[in-house]
Amino acid sequence: MLHLVDPENSFVLLALAILTDGLVYAAYLFIVAIGLSLIFGVMKILNVAHGAFYAFGAYCAATAAGMYFDKGLPEAGGFLAMALAALAVGLVLGLLLERTILRFVYGKDEVIIVLVTYAAFLILEDVIIIIWGPSSLSAYQPLIAAGNFMLGPLILSGYDLGLVLLAIFLAIGSFLGLRHTRYGRLLTAVIFDRETAAAFGVNVTLFFTITFIIGAMLGALGGAVMAPKISVTLGIGVEVIVLAFAVVAVGGMGSIEGALVGALIVGLCRAAAVHMLPQVELFVIYAVMAFVLVFRPHGLFTRAQPRKI
Amino acid sequence: MIERRHILGGSLFAASAVVGPFLPPWLISLLTIAFASALVVLGLIVLWRAGLVSFGQALYYAIGAYTVALFMRWTGIHDAFLAVILAALAAALTAFLVGFLLARYREIFFAMLSLALSMILYGVLVKTEALGSTDGFNVSQPTFLGYAPHGMELSIALYWYALGLGAIAAVLVGAYLRSVAGSLAIPVRDNEIRVEYLGVSATKLIHLKLVIAGTLGGVGGAIGAMAISHVDPNMSYWTTSGGFVFITILAGAGSVAAAFVGAVVFEIVRTMSVALLPGAWQLILGTVLLLTILFLPDGIGSLFMRRRRKAQEAAQ
Amino acid sequence: MGLRFGIGRLSAIGAGAALSVALTASAYAQEPVKLGIVSFLTGPAAVPFGVPGRNAAELIIDAINKGSLPAPYNSKGLGGASIEARYVDEAGSTANQVTEYRNLVQRDGVDAVVGYVSSGNCLAVAPVAEEMKTITVLYDCGTPRIFEEDPNHKYVFRVTPTATMDSVGAARYVVDKKGDIKSFSGLNQNYAWGQDSWRDFVLAMKALAPNATVDRELFPKFLAGEYGAEITSLLTSEAELVHSSFYGGDLESFVAQATGRGLSQRKTMIFSCGESAMFRLGNRMPDGTIIGGRGPHGVLARESELNTWFQKEYAARFGTPPTYPSYHMAQSILGLKAAWDKAAAAKNGARPSTDEIIAAFEGLEFDGPSTRISMARANGHQGISETAYGVFKFNKEANRPEVVDIVRYPAECVNPPDGVTSQEWLEGGMKGAKCD
Repeated sequence: MLHLVDPENSFVLLALAILTDGLVYAAYLFIVAIGLSLIFGVMKILNVAHGAFYAFGAYCAATAAGMYFDKGLPEAGGFLAMALAALAVGLVLGLLLERTILRFVYGKDEVIIVLVTYAAFLILEDVIIIIWGPSSLSAYQPLIAAGNFMLGPLILSGYDLGLVLLAIFLAIGSFLGLRHTRYGRLLTAVIFDRETAAAFGVNVTLFFTITFIIGAMLGALGGAVMAPKISVTLGIGVEVIVLAFAVVAVGGMGSIEGALVGALIVGLCRAAAVHMLPQVELFVIYAVMAFVLVFRPHGLFTRAQPRKI
Repeated sequence: MIERRHILGGSLFAASAVVGPFLPPWLISLLTIAFASALVVLGLIVLWRAGLVSFGQALYYAIGAYTVALFMRWTGIHDAFLAVILAALAAALTAFLVGFLLARYREIFFAMLSLALSMILYGVLVKTEALGSTDGFNVSQPTFLGYAPHGMELSIALYWYALGLGAIAAVLVGAYLRSVAGSLAIPVRDNEIRVEYLGVSATKLIHLKLVIAGTLGGVGGAIGAMAISHVDPNMSYWTTSGGFVFITILAGAGSVAAAFVGAVVFEIVRTMSVALLPGAWQLILGTVLLLTILFLPDGIGSLFMRRRRKAQEAAQ
Repeated sequence: MGLRFGIGRLSAIGAGAALSVALTASAYAQEPVKLGIVSFLTGPAAVPFGVPGRNAAELIIDAINKGSLPAPYNSKGLGGASIEARYVDEAGSTANQVTEYRNLVQRDGVDAVVGYVSSGNCLAVAPVAEEMKTITVLYDCGTPRIFEEDPNHKYVFRVTPTATMDSVGAARYVVDKKGDIKSFSGLNQNYAWGQDSWRDFVLAMKALAPNATVDRELFPKFLAGEYGAEITSLLTSEAELVHSSFYGGDLESFVAQATGRGLSQRKTMIFSCGESAMFRLGNRMPDGTIIGGRGPHGVLARESELNTWFQKEYAARFGTPPTYPSYHMAQSILGLKAAWDKAAAAKNGARPSTDEIIAAFEGLEFDGPSTRISMARANGHQGISETAYGVFKFNKEANRPEVVDIVRYPAECVNPPDGVTSQEWLEGGMKGAKCD
């Protein structure tokens, strides 16, 4: 029996375990939350339907994987097929939701908009049952294909490493996108002050539509990316909503750095809890949220808001 | 000053009380549970007037429910009046303490922090195996100052009790909303800084509203516990809070009676959806919510308000 | 026990034959029996439990109405009356479930209710069933608290044995097969089901393997989905055995992630609910995993005409073999039928009253598709049966999942006796268990 615990280096092992597990969980949270963070930051909408985008992304990706791998085509293409399926469904759902429902409620109270997205979520959850039936799908091939590797005494999954790299790529991509593209700079303007941006001739309505669609696609992509690791079944959307909300609340409104830092903090705390005090794992995410909000009521990275008198 | 809507509201309550015993038994228990939710929703209306939406009222609902359950279990006293008073006190105290923190937050962060607090209670209850963890435990049947009904009589007694508490709460909350403190809610929502310039502390005002909403939530939870005869940690879960917010939007913040009408309508729509489409009832519920928001943006209560406004305009 | 079996079987066959003759003569002269079936149709518990349960109900009720079940259930209907089923989704809060139960009884006028997967719902509904004086058969929930907390039950029955049996069976199998265990870890969901299963397993192990120590006790949130940290913790732990009461999506996600990181090569895992996922996981379930089925169900079942019929008909109708929730539902409805038929036979085919059905149900012994059930606890209201555990092996030639090395434990070995709570029995070292 392979003994992976070296009594002399217990502390190092523990620290390494917490670090690697924390990073993997943080990557999971960030990938899942980035779509929500974007929509929240630009449109000030807490999009509950994000959970449905995630679930649809996972289901479509798993279906695509099933069809693809049945044909015995090369493995790398399978992952591409899954991603494309998810992006496509994200595009369709985002467009559908934004154009048919959301645009009627833009001027209204924020809570009304949240509830509209909640209504959409309820409907979409049952649409999943109608389309796929009460079943569970799997798309495990990419997970197996990525294999595993050793980091010191720890066995880590290649797929998890891929997720961490994807999260970093998404973070850098959004950063650069916001700073160095025209769309990104205009987006930043809209986030800061919608009215002034509109006064300068920015087509805010178009921006909202584009942003919502991008957010939906990112949400669906999150589902596709997680599909190989999980059982794609009823109810996966619900859990994701709270996690994404917590990350966004910790990070601050619409800030990518905030979502990243928020994900890291929650990920590391959770890993620490599992390894050192498993009893408190249940509380960790809410305790972190409450703790951060107590000291930074607007989340960690907030933009200075001018006081309106 | 007794306005026409007070007479309308009062007669609605009176009619419900008289008609109650003649309703089919399943409807009586369904309405009792709806009244429990309505009490929580009253609290949410108070907060919503000030521009705050709490996604954590389940905290007080659960505290009220568990207070009643534990009180009856530990002391063997089953009196409903005593139980509700204790539940109200426990919830009020919690709201008072929590309010020192929560009253400083606004908008989405208020919602998130209130959610986090209710989820922390949820975590504590789940970890407490002595209280049955997620299975919860059963609540003894309540008595009413010595009167110990069973079966159908108990259902009717609880129904009247809930209706009575609802009526009292409606009157008190209505009075509060018309008072100076209550009326300041809308200015606070619109422009807090100007309110402060008037010499009023917005934070203190909101703290008070939190205590009112918390107390109402606790009483709602107490009724809920006695109506179902069971408590479990799910009463503190965020989806329970979400359900209360759902009803609030359905009802609209316009009037106090809307809370009760909204809660009853929601419960009836839910139960009919389950009967109609057992495998896809959430679809119906979501669609009803969506249609209400799109076509009745001020909630069901706005139907009553429109008539009132039309009457006022006609009078001019 | 052998002689009682024989006489019981003979009289059952005799009664069944007499009843068939009596009933075919007056087929459906009676009002139909309205049966409420409550099970998860939506939500995360639907795919592993709720829907298999509901499917089994549909199948069995149809077959009862047609009279196409094998003997001794081949008579049409319940005491000759056809069954009209009404399905209710168990999703929602406990308050919703209590409301829906009242609706079933008071608004829809059902004569009996068979349902409930969630222990919380069972606990809440049981007193309401007593108040409404309606026969209610709890089909899947595992908590022993139902009858332990309310000794004065009359209308509530549970054919399926409690979850105590699963943990005791697991401990016994592990001790019998794995011999000298130095330590073991646990991975269970952080809510009542996971907490209770782990606690019972630890107590049973303490009684059977006093020298074994508890290593990691992991309790991820229900529906966590991401188990990286837990897997790392298990990989770096000493204990070779890992117990888990995971089910549904959590189980399948965990298996996917654990296999990806080589956990199954290093540890032996025992999944007390593993049988419910074995067909969906197929060859992804690692060979060598010990699995249980909350009773001797599915591939763990004894061969019988009834079981062959059940497996064939269920697979033909629903495209997949039946798993243990389907068996739980089947045995619950069949138990009700056996009691109802018995009460009707005593009245020469007339419609029995609720009290008469209760009297017939209490203490009844009957055959489910997988094994014999004996309503031998809680004044004849709680069923006990044997249980079975085995080792998973994917048969590559036949391309299907199988279980080998099956060991069965008799009912009196793994179920607590009357007069003592599950907890007390386990803490007392399972005194009185008859395992031969």
